[in-house]
Amino acid sequence: MSEPKMSEPLLSLRDLRIGYGGATEAVKGVSLEVRAGAVVCLIGANGAGKTTILRCLSGLLRPRGGSVHFKGRDIGGMAAHRIAALGLVQAPEGRQVFANMTIAENLRMGAWLLKDRAEEARRRDMVLTRFPRLSERIRQLAGLLSGGEQQMLAMGRAMMADPQMLLLDEPSMGLAPLFVEEIFRIIAELKAEGRTILLVEQNAQAALDIADHAYVLQSGRIELSGPAAEIARNEKVVAAYLGG
Amino acid sequence: MFAQQLVNGLVVGSTYALFALGFTLMFGVLGVINLTYGFYLSVGAFLALFATQHGVSIWLALPLAALASGCVAVLIDGLLLTPLRRAKAPELASLMVTLGATLLLYSLANAALSTDIRRFPPGVIDANALEIAGIRITMTQCLIIAAAGIIVSVLLWVMNGARIGLGLRALAERPDAAALMGVNAGALVRLVSLASGTLAGASGVLIGLNYNAIQPYMGEVMMLKGFAVIILGGLGDIRGALVAGLVVGMLETLTAGYVASSWKDAVGFVLLVLTLWIRPSGLFGRLAVKRA
Ligand SMILES: Nc1ncnc2c1ncn2[C@@H]1O[C@H](COP(=O)(O)OP(=O)(O)OP(=O)(O)O)[C@@H](O)[C@H]1O
Ligand SMILES: [Mg+2]
Repeated sequence: MSEPKMSEPLLSLRDLRIGYGGATEAVKGVSLEVRAGAVVCLIGANGAGKTTILRCLSGLLRPRGGSVHFKGRDIGGMAAHRIAALGLVQAPEGRQVFANMTIAENLRMGAWLLKDRAEEARRRDMVLTRFPRLSERIRQLAGLLSGGEQQMLAMGRAMMADPQMLLLDEPSMGLAPLFVEEIFRIIAELKAEGRTILLVEQNAQAALDIADHAYVLQSGRIELSGPAAEIARNEKVVAAYLGG
Repeated sequence: MFAQQLVNGLVVGSTYALFALGFTLMFGVLGVINLTYGFYLSVGAFLALFATQHGVSIWLALPLAALASGCVAVLIDGLLLTPLRRAKAPELASLMVTLGATLLLYSLANAALSTDIRRFPPGVIDANALEIAGIRITMTQCLIIAAAGIIVSVLLWVMNGARIGLGLRALAERPDAAALMGVNAGALVRLVSLASGTLAGASGVLIGLNYNAIQPYMGEVMMLKGFAVIILGGLGDIRGALVAGLVVGMLETLTAGYVASSWKDAVGFVLLVLTLWIRPSGLFGRLAVKRA
């Protein structure tokens, strides 16, 4: 077949291994690819190693082995602030908003690497249009927001960096159904705009509905992968993650 | 008389506030209690002393000595604490390492400089005094109040108004999230070390001038007081350290004036114990640099 060679994936992990001090590894050789413009979801039970992988991608943990390439560059073990500067930005598990700063200040932090103030203001307007709830509370301390509002702030803060690729770690965790819906509606919007997203979720149904491609992680290993629609029909996945 | 005591108290309080600000900044952002901190005060005082002995004007010697102390702080932090930070060592490790380093630094200083009390060369500051409504304010006191006022204003502006201050507060509150936003923690850690060492050095020069007495252990004496002040103000609370420094300085001076000077040094510790009893999180009731 003489098809033109597929373009390089934006993010690719090869046999990535990550540990926490002890001999056992939390991530035991994971390979995964995300192409530009795709939404890829990573699902798995508690303790499977999802957060560990995302923290490693963002430079908060060093890999023990294997490689991570982003935009063709080896970023395994690179400092977190340099990875952010390359355009790989994360909204971490548990939101991690700066509770003692106002919403406006949190958003400014999201644009930390941006020098152009006019551009910052433009992005801020875009974020506030997307999250009108934040706009109403712009001078309020982030610590006083509800969980759902904090999640919106965490995502808005990440959007302030205008990332080339967004890592979302359980954005719907612990939220009321109305907020979960809202969060997934926003992820769908981002997808429609052509953003590249790696989405980690406990809410496997919603994640598989929105993703193009899916990986199932179990005890630090990829157990299954494929187009999201196929994964959603897989018997094992239905039994284990979709309450079937 | 009371008004005169208040002015003297303000002067002493300003030096305490400067010292405590550096200490609380270091703790608040870096999250470590660095026991070598008091040593930078001694460094500042001695460098200013040597500079003035070589004919450098005190107006130049003060900022230079203060900045040089800041550089020493960056060096020591990089040598002792950066490796621990990298290894994510427990807090106790940094306490032990800085305790050991403190003992070593003071014994070296002691061996090199002896514990003799030294004085600035005569005429370093104009000996005249202003008299306003019967209150005497010496030129030294003017310098102390002016220098402390300028330094504190700059610090407050940086922490609240400047972009870099926002990054420092982010780093203090959530180092990981700050790194995810692209904050270069290493660079900010060095900046904080520089700033806090500079504050300690500046307070050293000013304390040396105020009592006209300089010796290697002067930083250690202040360290005890510094602890009292930052606990009173709330660990890591910048406004708290400022207010608590002024309060302790003021009360010490009033105690010396109206009770007995031998009671003066007890003031800080009485307040310390009271604070821990009544408001363990400090005057403003917050534990960390969160807001300046
Ligand atoms: N800081 C840590 N130190 C030691 N072990 C850790 C640490 N963080 C996570 N682990 C271990 O690594 C494994 C993977 O954890 P991780 O947080 O990546 O899971 P997860 O898939 O994100 O789970 P969840 O869905 O609950 O968020 C778990 O066995 C966990 O106990
Ligand atoms: Mg997780």
